[in-house]
Amino acid sequence: MSGSVSGSMTGPVSGPAPTDWRRLSPRMLLVHPVQEVVRAAPALLGLLVAGTSSGGKGHLWTLAGVGLTVLFGMLRWFTTTYRISPEHVQVRRGLLNRKVLTVPRDRVRTVDVTSHVLHRVLGLARVEVGTGTSDRRHDSRLKLDALSAAEAANLRVELLHRSPAAQSTVAQSSAAQSPASPVPPPAGSTLAGETELARMRPGWVRFGPFTMSGLVTVGVVGGFVSRLVSEGNIDLDRVGPVRETWRWFSAMSLALEIATVVLVLVVFVGVASTLGYVLAYGNFRLTRHAEGTLHVTRGLLTRRATTIEERRLRGVEVDEPLLLRAVRGARLSAVTTGLRSGQGGQRGGSMLLPPAPRVEAAAVARLVLSHAPGATGPAPLTAPFPEPLTAPLIPHGPAALRRRFTRAFGVHVPILVALLLLWALGEPPLWPWLTAAALLPVTALLAADRYRSLGHALTSGYLVTRWGSLVRRRVVLRCDGVIGWTVERSFFQRRAGLATLTATTAAGGQSYQVRDVELAEALRLATAGTPGLLDPFLQRAGSVSQ
Amino acid sequence: MDVPTLRPPRHRVSRTAIWYWAARAALGWLILLAAQVIWLVADDAGVPLSAHVIGLAATAVVAAAHVTLMPLWRYRVHRWEATPAAVFTQSGWFRQEWRIAPVSRIQTVDSERGPLEQLFRLANVTVTTASAAGPIKVGGLDRDTAQRLVAELTANAQATAGDAT
Repeated sequence: MSGSVSGSMTGPVSGPAPTDWRRLSPRMLLVHPVQEVVRAAPALLGLLVAGTSSGGKGHLWTLAGVGLTVLFGMLRWFTTTYRISPEHVQVRRGLLNRKVLTVPRDRVRTVDVTSHVLHRVLGLARVEVGTGTSDRRHDSRLKLDALSAAEAANLRVELLHRSPAAQSTVAQSSAAQSPASPVPPPAGSTLAGETELARMRPGWVRFGPFTMSGLVTVGVVGGFVSRLVSEGNIDLDRVGPVRETWRWFSAMSLALEIATVVLVLVVFVGVASTLGYVLAYGNFRLTRHAEGTLHVTRGLLTRRATTIEERRLRGVEVDEPLLLRAVRGARLSAVTTGLRSGQGGQRGGSMLLPPAPRVEAAAVARLVLSHAPGATGPAPLTAPFPEPLTAPLIPHGPAALRRRFTRAFGVHVPILVALLLLWALGEPPLWPWLTAAALLPVTALLAADRYRSLGHALTSGYLVTRWGSLVRRRVVLRCDGVIGWTVERSFFQRRAGLATLTATTAAGGQSYQVRDVELAEALRLATAGTPGLLDPFLQRAGSVSQ
Repeated sequence: MDVPTLRPPRHRVSRTAIWYWAARAALGWLILLAAQVIWLVADDAGVPLSAHVIGLAATAVVAAAHVTLMPLWRYRVHRWEATPAAVFTQSGWFRQEWRIAPVSRIQTVDSERGPLEQLFRLANVTVTTASAAGPIKVGGLDRDTAQRLVAELTANAQATAGDAT
């Protein structure tokens, strides 16, 4: 990048003072049209295939639409500016509807840096600044698409690492030669204040097929093909290979047909999932910086870098989807304040470890937790304590087991009865009922597994709760992150002597439940988790009086 | 056996709340009844009159049971208590719940009076913490009590530092 001009107070790029309004990188003018064209690719491809023969005006409109979006995208460069003052981060954008987003700097909780393939070719990166708002409205997120890679990295340091060095002038960060400067490392190198906690191992690819992320790909490809066909007016029967395959397929018996479809789907989803795994998590690295941040970088083509402040860390969550559990895999995500855990395999920006061996997940979780600064809470984890991630959990007892079964069959049996009644009335054939009846053992297994998953513990200042069967989750929450308790008892739970204890927290999923635990045990947990809070509300009763 | 249990919070809500809950439930049922009557009057699809009357009667019976029993049951369950250290509430009827939040983690204290609550001179107090899951709500307080509770909680919450997450 630019060599530092001695004596001048310039930043690394073009040289604005820190509080000046800065612009996005002009190179994004190249990126944007390409992105739009890629997005419109199915329509354009259809156009190409259909040629001019059909002659309708619709294609012209499609072209005009693409042209307009490209134009608007380019206008964005002229209308978007941002600045970072000592107190605020501000972004101005919009052409007709001018908008200024202002975020106080001490509310900045995460900084995500993403660069797609094109971005990387041109040395660009998109920066997304996450604030404390837990809502999912993307509109109010502070997004800068795109800055030059160096600028993006600098911005991250500037925003998150509020060490004295980083807080002084930007000019300092241009002195890239000095090892003490807070210039972020180029990808792959290790800086003095950085410790590596985890790194992608080639062997982890074996978990790829079990993530099922390929299902989405199947959907996308299906959508793409159907759109291509409809936009291009293609008659699939006229395409030779398709016709041949179809003839071969329809010559088989029904059982063979089903088996073929399942096999093809399984292979396809497996391959797609593995590819997706490699692309999304290749080059994965989890590092800790001396300034108190965790840093996740990943992605083979699209690179993502996420930074999580350790002082906002309240715990971790280990997820084991059923398939992944079958091969002893698990994924790890952080439970932090101001970062609502997202859905899906990537868990929003809070992912700490992609699907990996369960042992590895536990080890990384331990490393992450052992350093989390406990301002008001328990001492950092030390070896002799039972570790919250591997400690045996207390099962919830026979009443909870019964409840799992009554709840499972309470859904399944009425469906059976209804289907049987309908059949008796002569409406549908019998086979739906037979299928439903054949699934009864599956329901029983599910109920049993759901019970097996239930468990809780309180060790070394952490509340541990585990639940779920299709996705088994184990949440490890620091007790000082608990900001309230709720004890819930439905009519049936009261009869069974059970209660659901909910620990509310400002982090992650906002509340974590210990389900169907005996009331006394729930109270014991809450009392031990937050000493003194419940004491004035407890009474020693001979019998439970409700 | 000698197991610790949660004792109920000390204070009941105002007695007027029974009338308030009954009125609120009755309003909902009235809308349904009105809809049924309109259907009865405007019906030209040939549903027999007796069916309409049976429907109306059934709605009226269920409504009467709900309007009389639910408020009484609720009144027995709903309780609250605020100590310098914590807020403690008990609520619900079929599904009961106890909520406890430390005063040190309180973010906001709101008092609100809806039109119907104004009519019965009642108010509710909502206490939120930094967690998006479930603020603590104390409904059916008389106005003075609500004001006292808000003042007390605000004063206590101010005494603690930090951003309460």
